[in-house]
Amino acid sequence: MIRFTDVSFAYDGAARPTLEHVDLAVGEGELCVVVGPTGSGKTTLLRAVNGLVPHFTGGRLSGEVSVDGRSTRDYPPRELADVVGMVGQNPAASFVTDVVEDELAYTMENLGLDPAIMRRRVEDTLDLLGLHELRDRPLGTLSGGQQQRVAIGAVLTASPRVLVLDEPTSALDPAAAEEVLASLTRLVHDLGLTVLLAEHRLERVLPFADSVVLVPGLGSALVVGPAAEVMTVSPVAPPLVDLGRLAGWDPLPLTVRDARRQAGPLRLRLEGAQPQAAPRVAIGRRLASLAKVSVRYGEVVALDCVDLELHAGEIVAIMGRNGSGKSTLLSQLAGVRPSHSGIVEVGGSDPVSLKPKDLVARVGLVPQDAGVLLYGESVGEECISADHDAGLAPGTTAAVLERILPGLPADRHPRDLSEGQRLALALAIVLAPAPPLLLLDEPTRGLDYPGKARLVRILAELAADGHGVVMATHDVELVAQVATRAVVLAEGTVVGDGVARDVVCHSPVFAPQVAKVLAPDLWLTVTEVRAALDEEPVGG
Amino acid sequence: MTRTLTSATSGTPGRRGLHPGAWWLWAGCLAGAASRTTNPILLLLIASVAIYVVAARRTSAPWSRSIVVFIRLGVVVIVLRVALVVIFGNRLPGHVLCTLPHVPLPRWAAGVSIGGPVTAEALLTAVIQGLRLAVVLICFGAVNSLASPYRLLRCLPAVLYEAGVAITVSLAFAPELVIAIGDVRDARRLRGRPIRGFAGLRGMAVPVLESAFDRSLQLASSMDSRGYGRRVTVSRGSRRWAGAGTALGLLLVIGGIYGVLVAGSLPGGGIPFVAVGAVLVGAGLAAGGRRTERTRYRPDPWRAPEWLVSASGVVVVGSMVAAGLFGAVGIEFAIYPLGMPTLPALATVGILVGLLPAWVAPVEQRSPRAGQIEPVRVPRDAATDGSDGRGSPPSASKAPGGRVA
Repeated sequence: MIRFTDVSFAYDGAARPTLEHVDLAVGEGELCVVVGPTGSGKTTLLRAVNGLVPHFTGGRLSGEVSVDGRSTRDYPPRELADVVGMVGQNPAASFVTDVVEDELAYTMENLGLDPAIMRRRVEDTLDLLGLHELRDRPLGTLSGGQQQRVAIGAVLTASPRVLVLDEPTSALDPAAAEEVLASLTRLVHDLGLTVLLAEHRLERVLPFADSVVLVPGLGSALVVGPAAEVMTVSPVAPPLVDLGRLAGWDPLPLTVRDARRQAGPLRLRLEGAQPQAAPRVAIGRRLASLAKVSVRYGEVVALDCVDLELHAGEIVAIMGRNGSGKSTLLSQLAGVRPSHSGIVEVGGSDPVSLKPKDLVARVGLVPQDAGVLLYGESVGEECISADHDAGLAPGTTAAVLERILPGLPADRHPRDLSEGQRLALALAIVLAPAPPLLLLDEPTRGLDYPGKARLVRILAELAADGHGVVMATHDVELVAQVATRAVVLAEGTVVGDGVARDVVCHSPVFAPQVAKVLAPDLWLTVTEVRAALDEEPVGG
Repeated sequence: MTRTLTSATSGTPGRRGLHPGAWWLWAGCLAGAASRTTNPILLLLIASVAIYVVAARRTSAPWSRSIVVFIRLGVVVIVLRVALVVIFGNRLPGHVLCTLPHVPLPRWAAGVSIGGPVTAEALLTAVIQGLRLAVVLICFGAVNSLASPYRLLRCLPAVLYEAGVAITVSLAFAPELVIAIGDVRDARRLRGRPIRGFAGLRGMAVPVLESAFDRSLQLASSMDSRGYGRRVTVSRGSRRWAGAGTALGLLLVIGGIYGVLVAGSLPGGGIPFVAVGAVLVGAGLAAGGRRTERTRYRPDPWRAPEWLVSASGVVVVGSMVAAGLFGAVGIEFAIYPLGMPTLPALATVGILVGLLPAWVAPVEQRSPRAGQIEPVRVPRDAATDGSDGRGSPPSASKAPGGRVA
């Protein structure tokens, strides 16, 4: 269905080609996952499928890409719209109209379908993706997860043969992500739809994958094959696969169900062992508090009478559905928005009333898209201006950056950095004035596994140094690895607050993969299991 | 046959609100009427009519608040106009209110004066001229609040579709800019940088424009990959003729409207020009749009409410034009001698007819906003008869690996 024949591609002015001699064939009705480190060319590969690369981006493509027998050499993206549905990384930026229903119909209008057919397909798609209640809503008022579903629906209505998705679940909460993936699987099974998707959160997509394309980057050859086979050699792997490698399971399990069936011996070996709790950090002084805080956006209540206290040495994970008020909570603590009622206190004063310079010395927030913090011309310039803004000694930010991510070239433009490098730079800028409280909004979006591991290490160090860390996240594996406390929000109220291990293990939605496999024991990560196995007396 | 097919061809009446074209016609007529009078009471009356109708018929959509922006803009226009007159002034004789110090200018700047006596008459003229422009702006703001610009774009005839990319991207640019400004302001605060004053403005301009342009590019690529502008099968020759006819017609219509607005500039008040131009535009659009592949999803119907709303607008501008032609007293506000403006009966009643949409326009019914997020619903069994031969997304009972409840 999708065929790449000896495809090489280089952007204009790029030193080295992004893709080199790529040969790839994806058959009809296959759900194929593209994996690889950030910056390895996954997005370029996806955008080449419908010809956006090179028709829209420029650059030089050799070889041939064809979809359903049509070569992108002869057909520009618009002529392939009836065959390929393309959903980009940022769904909000792809919306052409302003109301959900019109957005769903847009592609069909361009294809010139009969109004009666259009009407019926829109209704079907509304039901299929659970968008029925939202049909008249302006697109700007939707939450991230809803926008993602609308974006998928908008290309589905044209009933394409191929669906291409770039990180479709990275902005979604675990339940919504699984719902979207279940819908995709249903389309693959019932309609023979071919799906090609790139995703960093492999733990979410691998259970649904038929085949995996590994893009190692740096011009190395692709590895293509059935999911279980590629995973045995892949440098990036979800916790489930890591656990399988540790326990020596063959074939490697890709779903929690498969893993549980093989997990009997492992559970026996772990009997009696306790997960070694992370080195307990003494809970320090109170850093910030919210008392009966409410925030509304128009008619929508984002936070409803929230009470919360945050202490030094804690790593608090704020979890909850898309739109449950996580980002609003962080923006309250960071003094970006005023509250409608209640008292917000950070370091003894209301953050909204603080001058910018005083604010950054008490609390630092890294927003969802870390790139918005960066608008200098180079990494070095960013560091210098950050020192200047916060009134620090010259070189402070650069030193912090060197500790977080050594060896980042100072002359690189922030736009040319990978997602992980950008996050590190933003983190360095925010951390330079040494704020006691650090806030992170969805820090692992677009981050590969090495990037994530580095983040976990940094956060643990910060907490050990007595910083308080609060992160709003959908990434249950991140929570499992690093959080000490979890707060669950729903509809703007706190519905759960406690030790992270208890909160996530007892929730079917937020439980990490290892916990699901080894339930009812409260194991969270592969690292814990490995430590327990290492301690186990040989032959015991 | 099935639930979805019974109402396949058109929406239930009134469910989607009034046709945007009707709103634009109504608001255009109000603006036209405003530009033909200098009577401040009539001008204020027109503004009140526009604001009242918006208050009665606006929805909860984000764009429904845009009239506030336009009212503010109107106030700025009036203040600016008065300030310019006070400083550079047209020196109308009359009651002197105060005298500003006169700045002598060199000979080559003859005709421009700075300072000098400020008369009540000059001030009043400035206020009224500013007010007239402000009322036109408010009418424009009203239609922006009542009808989404994208919905009007949907009604754009196929032959003008080439311009559609530019229009869509530029329509999206303003809101994107507002979003980008918000993001960058927040980011600057998070970095401890000034967000007010000149330093704040200078530091924000580049990132704001950069991110707004980025989003515009993404939008254009999305339109391309979603089939925008494919397969225009009209032959080049007929497309050229249609385009030329449309352009000529549009020129005539614009000229004619100028005639309507500026009394006595064209024979017949410019109305014949509008009529001929409209016929040409219609013919051009019909010829050009005949063979394009594009279809329309749930086209907005033009029914009785649309006729009534447009008619009420025509009555407003018609009564104003008629009152002017018959020489009714009070359409032009006389400042010599200074006094209270009189109220011409015909024009007043005519303007009040413009309130009609507040009752006859259907209310747009939006689904209830149950918080920002509804739980994801399990798909129901949708109708799947597949009569189009390509199949539509069906909803099978349970997907493999379905989620934990």
